[in-house]
Amino acid sequence: MGRAVLKEVETGATVVALPGAKPGVVPLPAPARKPISSRLLPGLRAVLVNVLPPLVTVALIALFWQIAASGPQSSLPPPTKIWEEAKDLIVEPFYWAGSQDIGLGWRILVSLQRVAIGFSLAAIVGVLLGALVGQSVWAMRGLDPIFQVLRTVPPLAWLPLSLAAFRDSQPSAIFVIFITAIWPVIINTAVGIRNIPQDYRNVAQVLRLNQVEFFFKIMVPSAAPYIFTGLRIGVGLSWLAIVAAEMLTGGVGIGFFIWDAWNSSRLSDIIVALIYIGVVGFVLDRLVALTGSIVTRGTLTN
Amino acid sequence: MSYLKIDHVDKTFQRGATSTPVLKDISLEIEKGQYVSVIGHSGCGKSTLLNIIAGLTPITAGAVLLEGKEVRDPGPERAVVFQNHSLLPWLTVYDNVALAVNKVFGGRKSKAERHDWIMHNLDLVQMGHAKDKRPAEISGGMKQRVGIARGLSMEPKILLLDEPFGALDALTRAHLQDSIMQIHATLGNTMIMITHDVDEAVLLSDRIVMMTNGPSARIGEVLDVRLARPRKRLDLVSDRTYIAAREAVLKFLYERHRFVEAA
Repeated sequence: MGRAVLKEVETGATVVALPGAKPGVVPLPAPARKPISSRLLPGLRAVLVNVLPPLVTVALIALFWQIAASGPQSSLPPPTKIWEEAKDLIVEPFYWAGSQDIGLGWRILVSLQRVAIGFSLAAIVGVLLGALVGQSVWAMRGLDPIFQVLRTVPPLAWLPLSLAAFRDSQPSAIFVIFITAIWPVIINTAVGIRNIPQDYRNVAQVLRLNQVEFFFKIMVPSAAPYIFTGLRIGVGLSWLAIVAAEMLTGGVGIGFFIWDAWNSSRLSDIIVALIYIGVVGFVLDRLVALTGSIVTRGTLTN
Repeated sequence: MSYLKIDHVDKTFQRGATSTPVLKDISLEIEKGQYVSVIGHSGCGKSTLLNIIAGLTPITAGAVLLEGKEVRDPGPERAVVFQNHSLLPWLTVYDNVALAVNKVFGGRKSKAERHDWIMHNLDLVQMGHAKDKRPAEISGGMKQRVGIARGLSMEPKILLLDEPFGALDALTRAHLQDSIMQIHATLGNTMIMITHDVDEAVLLSDRIVMMTNGPSARIGEVLDVRLARPRKRLDLVSDRTYIAAREAVLKFLYERHRFVEAA
């Protein structure tokens, strides 16, 4: 058997030029384009594979919840009741019927605005402080222990102090976001900067880059993957903190909405708000991760 | 007065209470336009010597003088081609060279002139075609070419090459050696190259500086390679001067200063 195969290969290996045949490239007949359905199918399949399992899980959870919460003594509303009671919140996130009677979309936007301000400040100050701590041994020795202690303080513990300092709920909430998000940014930036390869520093030294050029042209791009890890953790923490802070400070945000709903026993509204918060937090996380992967394209691979 | 003068340089590394003498009493004079190789076993401090000339490593005693002026810190007039290319991975090939050109010639050349100068240097190492690629997308040899282009683009008084071809395969290495000979012939740069490859040293150099083993490495011998240029690698295989030079270096490295394995 093996011998026969070998023989076949041998004879197949000798190429005999046919008389009159020009050596050259023989054009192959163009492959017929596949029908559109078969080209779309793999993409569709990928979508189904990724989307179907969570949908099934959600359906199962809803079903279980429905059964568990349907009893007459149940303290929590089942999904059908939530739909009846809070339909307007679900289908119309952006209605406006007075200063306190507004859609959850608006409330989320107000909360997001606070997060945007507090988180942006935390990102800028955090990267600068992280750069200082990462670059200077003495700054690290002096500041790092303080950071390590302060970062364990829970976000809400800062709120009374900031209310006392700012005498207004809006800047206090923003400060709580800031102080919550800044620690992971500082710490990750510092690690990233400590990990800048000596080679890049040598290049900078040979070129005589000044401090500002070094910061923007070497430090930030080189530490970008670490910085974005910090930012991603930071944005998650800010979103956690804003809901809690708003419960206490009041105003328009989504956090206060939950507190208000609790005080008026609107459990269905609370559950809808929780889902809103979860989805927005997920989107925020993905946005930062996406920005990071675009910005740091090429940085990780060498 | 010589172009580059290394005058009784000592280097001792301090780590806590222990001090390790690396280089001892190194003196060397290099003329303008010369191609000098420094060869020695690994760990003998040849890279340290290069870093001292570059200004990246401070000197313990002695001095390095370039055109009579003391070298104290790194600068673009002593451009370095690093062993592992050290291109910035987030910048394209073009931008890597542009970073150097814009910094060194920012005030002196117009934007168009700088662009032409970047492209000129990339073309010099035959990398103009890959200007928009990132370092991760090109081969090791190509990265090193870009590293050389970046070094040359600073218009340095001395180009320092730290084992520039060490990480490359033999064929790519030969190719790059030919390129660097061509560039040296065209531009007449002064170049100092660290290497541990005897053939490479003899092929490229006007002078070969042979270093003894550390600690406290010294310059053992300096060999003048009196081979006419342009040199062709195939013609040299049977050339007597080439063979003699090769033999001299080999004997130095493997007879008189054999590499002693640290226990």
